[in-house]
Amino acid sequence: MKRNAKGWTWSLSLIVVLTVILTACGSKPEPSASPSASASGTAPASGSSDPASASASAEKKMPRVAFVYIGPPGDGGWTFEHDKGRKYMEEKLGIKADTVENVPESADAERVITELARNHDVVFTTSFGYMDQTLNVAKKFPNVKFLHTAGYKTDDNMGTYFGKNFEASYLTGIAAGKMTKKNVLGYVGAFPIPEVIYNLNAFTLGAQSVNPNVKVKVVWSNTWFDPTVERQAAVSLLDQGADVLLAYQDSPATIQAAAERGAMAGGNDSDMSRFAPDAYLTNPVWNWGPYYAKTVQAVADGTWKSEQYLGSMADGMVDLAPLGKNVPEDVKALVEEKKKEAKEGMLKVFAGPIKDQSGEVKVEAGKELPIEQILEMNWLVHGVEGTIPK
Amino acid sequence: MDLFTQLVMAAVSSGTPLLIATLGGILIERSGIIQLGAEGLMLMGAVTACLTYLHTGSLALALLAVFGVSALLGLIHGVMTVSLRANQIVSGLAMTLFGTGFSAYLGKPVSGMPIPGSVPKLELTFLQDVPVLGPIFGRLDLLTWFSFFLVIAMHLFIHRTSAGLHLRAIGDNPATADVMGIRVQWTRYACIVIGSMLIGLAGADLLLVFSPTWIEGMTAGRGWIAVALIIFARWNPVRALLCAYFFGVLDTLGFRIQLVGSEVPSYFLKMIPYVVTILVLMFLGWRNRNQPSGAPESLGVPYLREQRF
Repeated sequence: MKRNAKGWTWSLSLIVVLTVILTACGSKPEPSASPSASASGTAPASGSSDPASASASAEKKMPRVAFVYIGPPGDGGWTFEHDKGRKYMEEKLGIKADTVENVPESADAERVITELARNHDVVFTTSFGYMDQTLNVAKKFPNVKFLHTAGYKTDDNMGTYFGKNFEASYLTGIAAGKMTKKNVLGYVGAFPIPEVIYNLNAFTLGAQSVNPNVKVKVVWSNTWFDPTVERQAAVSLLDQGADVLLAYQDSPATIQAAAERGAMAGGNDSDMSRFAPDAYLTNPVWNWGPYYAKTVQAVADGTWKSEQYLGSMADGMVDLAPLGKNVPEDVKALVEEKKKEAKEGMLKVFAGPIKDQSGEVKVEAGKELPIEQILEMNWLVHGVEGTIPK
Repeated sequence: MDLFTQLVMAAVSSGTPLLIATLGGILIERSGIIQLGAEGLMLMGAVTACLTYLHTGSLALALLAVFGVSALLGLIHGVMTVSLRANQIVSGLAMTLFGTGFSAYLGKPVSGMPIPGSVPKLELTFLQDVPVLGPIFGRLDLLTWFSFFLVIAMHLFIHRTSAGLHLRAIGDNPATADVMGIRVQWTRYACIVIGSMLIGLAGADLLLVFSPTWIEGMTAGRGWIAVALIIFARWNPVRALLCAYFFGVLDTLGFRIQLVGSEVPSYFLKMIPYVVTILVLMFLGWRNRNQPSGAPESLGVPYLREQRF
């Protein structure tokens, strides 16, 4: 009996040790540049002393900058591009920024942003779902500047930034409409929010502009980044007969799934051709670097003002990835021609006549939808098969 | 491709990780040890496969590493439950919690990086033009074929060999088995280690075949579904195949319902596999209320020779 009791205490203590180890490892948002008090206390300090020696103009104290990422920089898409933008900004201004990756769009985000706000001057929160959390923290830290991606809420010390990526979605639609043989396109949408809806609509309008018979089937994955789920969504679209897919998602899972089935596909945010060169179509890409550099410089100069910055293809914040190697020359030429138009700011994506799914005219011929209405779009154009969940 | 073929293909592709994990669990539980660590073991298997494959580029080494890591974890579970006679439920839960946290920590540097390549596919060209069979079996990867083989092998082993009879005896009544001269502790260790290796392989299969990118918590509850599948399958490998494919279909059903234009909110559709798990458990419990559950009778009871209960 004694031996038995001893065995119990032994195993219990082992379990306790295991549990302690896992709680140490399992805390969800692992700060990659560790913005804990000690680490960030030194990092910004070196950041503010480095440029002083590096560049002559940096007599002013350079702001301490932090980024909050929804995914990992290795996702090959959304966060990858933000991280590229951060590196561009760091190089341009000679400073070092802190990053926290894999921050869920939940109460966790508010905690992370609050911690960052304590010892940073500029915080970029790079996902739509951080909107309310960023605003809450912004109210508590009036001296810190907050920049939120893709949202619509602002404050004296909180601005937003985004770009008209629907212009590039329209161009992607042209390529997709030309490449489909079955006249069925598939669209994996992350969430049924205006940002995704106007891109889906622009994609559909682009495809219809070169192929009036084309249909676009849409599924909602309810996640920005989950390769397993995205893949299942893509496979169910392929099963429904779609032969060209576009994923408004952060991972290349859709392109990989399409490649396995001999279909073509595009992703989002970043040039994803390396994941499946033969199956790659094209997709809208982001170029955040110049904006980040400009904004941080403005904060350093004291000229920063809260605004809702909206980039476009004309100013370079939005661009189109190079077309895939299996896209024929005539399609490339067609897309390039329209792209030139967009770069000059002449492309009118939501120009009438545009009908919604029920056939009701939403934009009359000869008119163009104002940008405010584009940014809060909650209806699907004619030719989209799918619904917006209420 | 008609709907039936599509559903079977979806069932096989998302059901295979579930199937391998369930088979591993059945092997462990047949020896009388409860196995609740599947979620953690699968995650550790997946992250090990990802790290090894990205660093060495060799599939064989990746699988070898997966077997090594999960055998080690299985050995820990074995020491806890067989030698130290710890509470098997607590030990299993600790394994899940440990695996979830530690895999997230290990996977941080490779999180979101797509792995280059996959498990080789067996191209059966003579089959590819046959309707129904062609699309389903024509281009399956080797791990899926291995899972078919495993079902048959385990069925024959448990029900048709004397070693399988010994295993069942240990699970039902270890004291009697011991008297018969069967090495109870040794067999339990072997089952836990091999079963854990299979569960680790299930995680590797999820990563290498199904979704070639490591992300934190990528199993998304599949380990727990495998635990439930052991019970639905009533510790029978052949039934495990049917149950795993049934859940494989459920896994992809959400998007298919979305595509036929239903008004059901997509958040609700995402719940389907988990809701069905609860419903099927309730139904089976009700249907089998007057008969034995099929569980090994000494499941969860630690055994020590000459111990009085």
